[in-house]
Parts: sequence; C-alpha cells; structure tokens
Amino acid sequence: MTRAGWIRIAIVLGAIAALEVVTQAGLVSRHTIIPPTAMAAALWGLIGSGEIMPDITKTLSNVAAAFVLSAGGGFVLGLLIHAAPRLRRALDPLLATYYAVPFFVFYPLLIVIFGMSDLPIIVIGFLFGVVAMIIATLNGLDRVPRVALKVARLSRMDPVSIALLIKFPAATPYLFTGVKLAVAYSFIGVIASEFILSGAGLGFAISYAYNNFDTPRMYALMLFILVSVTAVNMVLHTIEQRMLRRRGLAR
Amino acid sequence: MAGPGTRAGAAHAVLRGVTRIFPPADRGQAPVHALGPVDLDLARGEFFGVVGPSGCGKSTLLEILAGLSAPTEGSVTFEDTEVRGSPPDGVGVVFQEDASFPWLSVWDNVAFGLRRAGIDSAETARRVDHALGFMGLTGFARAYPAQLSGGMRQRVCIARTLVLQPRLILLDEPFGALDQQTRLLMGDELLRLWRDTGATVLLITHALDEAAMLSDRIGVMSARPGRFIDMVATGWPRDRDSTIVSDAAFGEITARLWSSLRAESLKALGAVP
Repeated sequence: MTRAGWIRIAIVLGAIAALEVVTQAGLVSRHTIIPPTAMAAALWGLIGSGEIMPDITKTLSNVAAAFVLSAGGGFVLGLLIHAAPRLRRALDPLLATYYAVPFFVFYPLLIVIFGMSDLPIIVIGFLFGVVAMIIATLNGLDRVPRVALKVARLSRMDPVSIALLIKFPAATPYLFTGVKLAVAYSFIGVIASEFILSGAGLGFAISYAYNNFDTPRMYALMLFILVSVTAVNMVLHTIEQRMLRRRGLAR
Repeated sequence: MAGPGTRAGAAHAVLRGVTRIFPPADRGQAPVHALGPVDLDLARGEFFGVVGPSGCGKSTLLEILAGLSAPTEGSVTFEDTEVRGSPPDGVGVVFQEDASFPWLSVWDNVAFGLRRAGIDSAETARRVDHALGFMGLTGFARAYPAQLSGGMRQRVCIARTLVLQPRLILLDEPFGALDQQTRLLMGDELLRLWRDTGATVLLITHALDEAAMLSDRIGVMSARPGRFIDMVATGWPRDRDSTIVSDAAFGEITARLWSSLRAESLKALGAVP
C-alpha cells in the first residue's frame, strides 16, 4: 500500500479510537452516542439473532433494483439523447438543474400512485440516480473517438452492435463515474424513503429504534449501512482501477 | 476520357469527376469546396501515393473511396461496383490516429473484424496469429494497446486491417505520428505487406520522401479544392525497400514532387506564391 493509503487508514482508525475514548470516559452521554465497540457488539448480536435479516434483504434488494434501473435506464436514455442533438440542446439546462429539485416532495404523490409498497421507494432511488447516469453517458459518448466509429462502419456494424461493442466500452471510464453516483444515490433514495414512510427496511428500523430510545440498536444499524456502502464502493473502486490501469489511465 | 489521373489497363478502383462540397457550418457562410473534380484509375496491385498541401482534401478523397462518405458529384467504382457512402467488401483502411481499441487485448483487437464478419473461431485464430507474426507482434498478443508504443499500436491497426485480407488498402498518413527511423522501417513492412498480399494500395502522406520511396505512382494534389496537378511514375522494381533512398532517381523524384507542390503549399498557407 502507498504511504497515502496508510495515512488514510491511520486517520479513520484515529477517529474511531477518539470516539471510543470520549464515550468510554463519559464525556458524552451514552444516550447520545455509544462507543464504537458497543456499536459493533450490538450489530454482531443483531446479525446473530437474525431478526434484522428481513430488513437487510428488503433494503438491499430495493437498492439493487433502484441501481439497476437508474444505471441501465440512464445509459439507454443517454444513448438516445446523444443520438438526437437537438433534443439534447433542449434538455441540457433541465439536466443541469435537475438536482436542484428535492424529489422527496413527490414521495406522497408516488405513494398515492403506487401504494405503500416497495415501488415508490425504488422509483425515488431511480429518480435520484438516473440523471447522474444520463449525464455521465453523454459525457462518455462525446469522447468516443471518431476513428473508432469509422472502424465500426468499415466493419458494417448495425447501430445496436456499435452501441454495445464500441460506444459502451469506449465510454466506460466516464460511465464508471455515473455508476458510482448511481450506487450512492440509490442508497440515499431508498434509505431516506424508508425513514419517511415505510413499515420495513433498514431506514425504517433505524427510525423505529430512534423513536423507542433503543440507542445501541440504532447505532448498530447505522454501522451496518456504513460498512455495506463502504464495501460496495471498495469493490467498484477496485474494478475501476483495474480497468484504468489496463488502459494506461490509472491515477 | 483520359485525364491526368487515368491510365489504361485493368482498373481496380475508378473515380470519375469526384467532387465534395461541404455545406456551410453556419448560416451566412459559404459552402466549402473541399475536393475535385478528381479522376483516378487505380490499377490492380498498384502502390499509389498521394501527396498534397495540408487541408487539400486528401482525407476526404480517402473517405469517399472507402465508402465512409458520399461524393457530392461524380462516381466511385470498386471492382466494377459503384461505391456510394457505404463501405464495400474488400476495402481496408488504416487511419493516422490510433484506432486500436484500448479495452481489447492486441489479439482481440486484431480479431475484431473477423468476429464481426462471422468467421469461425479456428479460422480467426489462424489468421490472427499469422497477422501478428507478420507484423512482429506475436509476443504482445496478450498485451493491451496502452502498454505499447505508438509504432506498435499502429502495427496493431495494420494487422487488424490485414487479417480481413482486403484487396484495396487505404492508408491515411499512417506513420504521421511516428519518428523518422520508425517510419522508414514501417515503410519497409508496408512494402513487404503489399508484395505478399498483392493488394492495391493507396497511401496518403505528407512526407514527400515516403511517397517517393514507396509508390509506383504518385499523385500530387493542389491546394483546396484538391485536384491532381501532377502524376509521377517512379519506375521502382516491385522488389524494393528503404535502401532506394540512396538511389539517384529518388532525389529526382522528390525534387519533382516538391517543385509541383511548392506553390500549392504556399497557397495553403495563405501566402501569395
């Protein structure tokens, strides 16, 4: 590992150790924050008992669904918008200001339309991630070398093959930016929606524990979310670095 | 009809009155007359060089011949079939830019066109291995283009064209980005490839010595709109290599190319000749 990597680990471990010391010493009330070791122990207990498994399954499958829809849908929409330059010029300001809209105001509306199910949650996650993916796709497609498209034409490829075998791999470094954002936004959209209006899922479980003053359980669940988001991002980062190294673009 | 670019014999590719006018980019601007009219007969198995000042429409000529763009006027015929804005079978193109796919290994890059053409895997493997061997890339089959030098990547692109066994090979300043020594060596390889495959070759280059060394015949183009203003037959034997640069005739050919081109190059620069 690089020196910067070691420093990074030292900072994270240092922060955890500081929190441990502060909480153990009683400088902060245990009703506010519990020591990290207690969080880990509580999480271990929760997982061991299996009682939060349904919530974990529900949240992670909703996140997965929102991610697949926003990444896949964003790529396809990006391809279509890129193929129609006039439409793109019309949409550009809308795409640029999209994230100024707080989608959660539509959540009640989505519940009216789809009912109290997983669907409005997945739709919120999708709405969050899809535009980031569209923007990344447009960005990547702008940078597909013209000469690669000429080679494709010389091979007499049809538009679908060109999209999948030339444009998609050529734009991959840029698409990855969109994929990482789509993952993050799917997590945010799904878990935040569960907080507001839901009868299950990790977001709901955290808010339930909070309302019942069950501090260890609340922190255990928060820790679980942090660990899973970090794990997913590490996997994505590793894949991305391997791809960039192969292309001589690694930082 | 026998203009300056036509010649008797079995013509492999024929251009007649080929003109390209680009529509104006913005309202109020004039359309750009980039090329022509151009007449050209490429004999089967001929090595034809094209030189001309920058911006004279050389690349436009190549794209029209490759079927990548359509002429505004005139006709292109390859093997007695008209080419019109769609690439015909049997034509391979090597571009100046690095056209290798960075996401594929060298082997997969070279196999790309064969797989698209639906060639079976045993035949694909045989042809790819042969092309890699021919271009001196056997040891790099599993490498990715990013690990190779510019010259090696251009070899990958040539190998990728070569495996498709084109009967007409079009090269658009393929060695433009390479250093002089590498260019001389790549020129030798190109001659070897041309001899071994029997293909017709059209090479666009800005290097007069490169054209003089490689070509059977050289077309000199005018400043925009590009037309052929001179045709120079070199008279080199088919079995030649870069050592002919020391031949007395080589200097004469290069001098003639330059005397035809000098005024045109000045025009292209915007100076008064």
